[in-house]
Amino acid sequence: MGVAAAAFLAAPLVLQGTSWAFVVRILALMGLYGLLALGVNLVLGYVGLLDLGFMAFYAIGAYTTALLSLRGVSFWLCLPASVLAAVAVRTLLGWPVLRLRGDYLSIVTLGFGEITRIALNNWDSLTNGPKGLSLLSSAAVPPLRLFGFGIRTNTHFFYLIYALLALGILVSARLNRSRIGRAWMALRDDELAARAMGINAPRLKNLAFGLSAGFAGVAGAIFARWENFVTPESFTFWESALLVAMVVLGGMGSLPGVLLGVALILGLPEVLRSDVFRWIGGAQAVNARYLVFGAILVAMAIFRPQGLWPRNVDRLSSGDE
Amino acid sequence: MAEQLLNGLTLGGIYALIALGYTMVYGVLLMINFAHSELFMWGGVAGALFLGILPANAGAGALAAAFVLAMGASGVLAVFLDRVAYAPVRRSPRLTPLISAIGASLFLQNLVFLWRDSQMAFPQPLAVRSFHCGPLAVNGLQLFIIGGSVALMGALTFFVRRTKMGKAMRAVAQDADTAELMGIPVNRVIALTFFIGGALGGAAGVMNGLYYGSVKYNMGFLPGVKAFTAAVLGGIGNLPGAMLGGFLLGVLEALGAGFLPEPEWKDVFAFAVLILVLLLRPSGLLGENTSEKV
Repeated sequence: MGVAAAAFLAAPLVLQGTSWAFVVRILALMGLYGLLALGVNLVLGYVGLLDLGFMAFYAIGAYTTALLSLRGVSFWLCLPASVLAAVAVRTLLGWPVLRLRGDYLSIVTLGFGEITRIALNNWDSLTNGPKGLSLLSSAAVPPLRLFGFGIRTNTHFFYLIYALLALGILVSARLNRSRIGRAWMALRDDELAARAMGINAPRLKNLAFGLSAGFAGVAGAIFARWENFVTPESFTFWESALLVAMVVLGGMGSLPGVLLGVALILGLPEVLRSDVFRWIGGAQAVNARYLVFGAILVAMAIFRPQGLWPRNVDRLSSGDE
Repeated sequence: MAEQLLNGLTLGGIYALIALGYTMVYGVLLMINFAHSELFMWGGVAGALFLGILPANAGAGALAAAFVLAMGASGVLAVFLDRVAYAPVRRSPRLTPLISAIGASLFLQNLVFLWRDSQMAFPQPLAVRSFHCGPLAVNGLQLFIIGGSVALMGALTFFVRRTKMGKAMRAVAQDADTAELMGIPVNRVIALTFFIGGALGGAAGVMNGLYYGSVKYNMGFLPGVKAFTAAVLGGIGNLPGAMLGGFLLGVLEALGAGFLPEPEWKDVFAFAVLILVLLLRPSGLLGENTSEKV
């Protein structure tokens, strides 16, 4: 396990400069989606609430950092600002919608995701509309430095992202075992019983919403500086749906499962894209990935609704807690 | 103003037809058929393909045939969707069918995308006439869409209220287990519900194609969400509610577009209405017509 982790962390140093350098970018992207998926998992996996507009908070994080960077603000101030913006919007929005029942909540979050995307697309004076904001050509954007060390390449971002992902995993794991985590899971498994035990359902649900938006804010801030370019295109409903797919495919509530889901859903199209597999699927294989995911999602819902790497649910019945 | 109203009623008719599909499935199964918007898209594509192989201005018969064909195609797809994606997870937790529906939606969209990723023209089988009614410019197509959707809604209302199968449908919606005990073929009623809901969605797809002149693989998403909004607005599970909600949303949107700085903001309107309705009146204007299942 330790050897595998060390090999994984050393991979960018070995691969950079070779013809396999693109793999570094994909691995870093997996880390970034890992952060997002951890956020979705807090709400979906721990509390059992389906959010179909999660990308809105990723977008708010990314645009906050992009807009502040263009005004000369350092990344290390943009990052907390992005988190704050995402959490604030999410929490304000959370209170009124928490009364809604299951499917309605999902549709309202979907609606909010779309409102955000349409607003970014049309609020030209602030967001530059569909053309997006480019940080690349602007002299105002301060260089991204950490302890005097410039962060520019995919390899640099790989380490930054995985450091934050490790932190995200730690937070998720600690929450899982905390009083709050247990209260969340009680709500997920039987809300009526949990309320009867004195659990403050709206407050705890909104806490999960807020924390998950924090993850999205971090990921958005990194995305803005890594890509140096943000457009509304990156934050569509289908991106939110794919994140949900990652969490469900891996196993809701299970941290290794969620990360496995991210790796599979982001990795599969890359494998399909590579020359090795081109002869199997032909040039269309890359375009077929959503088709394949759609079919996999249906199959998973039917045959393995608990996911590939499910959380350990039977601890109580097996008597070790 | 009157023209905006006419635009609104046209859109409203299309929304109402799609909304009926959501409402029927919700009424019977207490489940939101999230892939319903793809049935609408499928109907539009089927209509465009059929009319595409006919010569231009093929006439009223061709248009009628296109409707029948598109409704059949969407209806059959809806039944198939239920069999493959929903029936196996009927007894699973609430989230499972929704995940399955998202998967089905992705699959159906990309099936059409892989085969035709660009926009397809929707042929006009009839020459569209416009005429003036006083100061008001009336487009014949709009009258046709409003009239056609009202006729379909009337037929559905008659079916549900007056026929034996309609009665069976209402019985299953009220209590599937008891209906089963009374000898009602519940699975056949569910299949019929999906078929009719899908067929109405398919008819809306053809109307939408006629109105906008094109169809595309991803055209279902926005009307789908709006129709869902309409169903919620009227009270999901409630047939007259879905019709009222559809027309109301169409009119609100068309009138609202007049006040908004850019046309695309009108899509925000539907979502804002949805959120407001759910917050202020969670069971819709006419109330939810389903028994709470525990």
